[in-house]
Amino acid sequence: MSTATLNVTTVKADFPLLGREVNGHPIVYLDSGATSQKPRQVLDALDRYYEEINANIHRGAYLIAEKATTAVEDSRAALARFVGASAAEEIVFTKNATESINLVAHSWGRTNLSEGDVILLTTLEHHANIVPWQQLAAERGVVIRWIPLDDDGRLDLTDLDQLLDGVRLVAVSAASNVLGTLPPVRRIADAAHAVGALCLVDASQWVPHYPTNVADWDCDFMVFTGHKMCGPTGIGLLWGRRHLLDAMPPFMGGGSMIQNVTFEGFTPADVPTRFEAGTQPIAQIVGLHAAVDYLNAIGMEAIRQHELDLTAYAIRTLTERFGDDLAIHGPHDLENRSGTLSLAYRDIHPHDLSQVLDQHGICVRAGHHCAKPLMKVLGVNATARASLYLYNDESDVDALADGLAAAGDFFAF
Amino acid sequence: MAGLEDLYREVILDHYRSPRNRGELETPPAMMAEGFNPLCGDEIQVYLLVEDGVIAEIRIGGQGCSISQSSASMMSAAVLGRTPDGAREVLRSFKEMMSIHEHGLDGEPISTDDQPGASGLGDLEALRGVVKFPVRIKCATLGWNTLDQVLDQTGT
Repeated sequence: MSTATLNVTTVKADFPLLGREVNGHPIVYLDSGATSQKPRQVLDALDRYYEEINANIHRGAYLIAEKATTAVEDSRAALARFVGASAAEEIVFTKNATESINLVAHSWGRTNLSEGDVILLTTLEHHANIVPWQQLAAERGVVIRWIPLDDDGRLDLTDLDQLLDGVRLVAVSAASNVLGTLPPVRRIADAAHAVGALCLVDASQWVPHYPTNVADWDCDFMVFTGHKMCGPTGIGLLWGRRHLLDAMPPFMGGGSMIQNVTFEGFTPADVPTRFEAGTQPIAQIVGLHAAVDYLNAIGMEAIRQHELDLTAYAIRTLTERFGDDLAIHGPHDLENRSGTLSLAYRDIHPHDLSQVLDQHGICVRAGHHCAKPLMKVLGVNATARASLYLYNDESDVDALADGLAAAGDFFAF
Repeated sequence: MAGLEDLYREVILDHYRSPRNRGELETPPAMMAEGFNPLCGDEIQVYLLVEDGVIAEIRIGGQGCSISQSSASMMSAAVLGRTPDGAREVLRSFKEMMSIHEHGLDGEPISTDDQPGASGLGDLEALRGVVKFPVRIKCATLGWNTLDQVLDQTGT
């Protein structure tokens, strides 16, 4: 892995969309928490796949079908290495992180959980890591408990031991999509294991930004999505410990996921094929491999450092320029937060704020960010969120500050 | 290019700054419906008291952006004192303006254009610019859709 620093000018030039204008201004893309932009290398890989080796996988005995199959399995191996999995078979391709969590809830959850069992979530989870468990709770009488937040937006683990009583699964985000909080995943996984529970990590907002190693976390399941890490939409991932995946029944039935089908029934295939029913998003899997290669070539450590520096610059710039008029939700100490900045500026509603910013070509997300329970805790209906990535630089932060000032002028009353 | 002034007209900002009929009513005798914009998290409550066949009181609660709040404020002023059917007519005109055509069972749009003083919307015309910002149409119609629900509850 490269340890060189990231050259943001070179990186920015790799992303064709970042060269366009919006509303007469060069685009300032600050919504990578929703989805990242895609580098030329990934777009080219998608084109090459369709132009040169497009065929269905695990079926044909002809050359391009073999090449397509190999490309998919190469991608699986690359992703396994990227997150520190011990074997490629531990990587299951899904549609997105949401489907990955649903897979675990349906397959592992419905096999292993019954009335009165407890699932422990945190207050800062995305709906994707809440609703599948609530569905399970409604169906099976499973109980959901919540780890609260402290005043700085960090997890309050004071009562963790009591909260873990009767818990079978702890499901926690590695990085909050709203506050940027980085919960202590290893500590939570250790505490879960101490009471015989499993730990699932939603790493959707982590994997694109930091070196990832599931062995360091010592978690049991980990989910993430391709489109936030420079990959295409429509491809997500589940990593699970092999012995857990081996014991889980299929989630969806259909083609590919069987060893045998008779008039009487079916025998499921081994993992990971067991969980990959139907034709997979082959081009997207290939495109995600290109994204992993792209990120590796820059180096995840260099990306982490770049975002750390830029986040420090953003917090400093916004705080100095707007003082008490602007609040940044969540932790302010850089070791506990990512480059996801949820903002409240004066009394301007986030929707109005993002409308004015859009006039300046600045893309931020306004809304509840699929985290309505967290919004309730924060006491707001919505926030405006700027989320930084490897292609952002200080000029993007300066443009945001100028845009906020313009919004302040427009709504000055 | 549609500019901000197309969206944020002065009368809209005025209603946002000084919302009319803000608050709650006791239920019963009033009815209440709650509306959500699942995209942005805006929430609105519309309280309605129908007496002697007319809307005697209306109150708006909840939180939202300038467009949803001002639209609800203007809506409250526009329907106060009308009969429920009269309020539904204003609602239909407003949603037409938002280009959300309600279709009859035969698939024909119900048009109010040929009626005298067709829109009859007054200040509400200021919200016409919202259609240039498609994402914001749901903001503008939130209060109205909630009014629709509460009107249904009154059974009138």
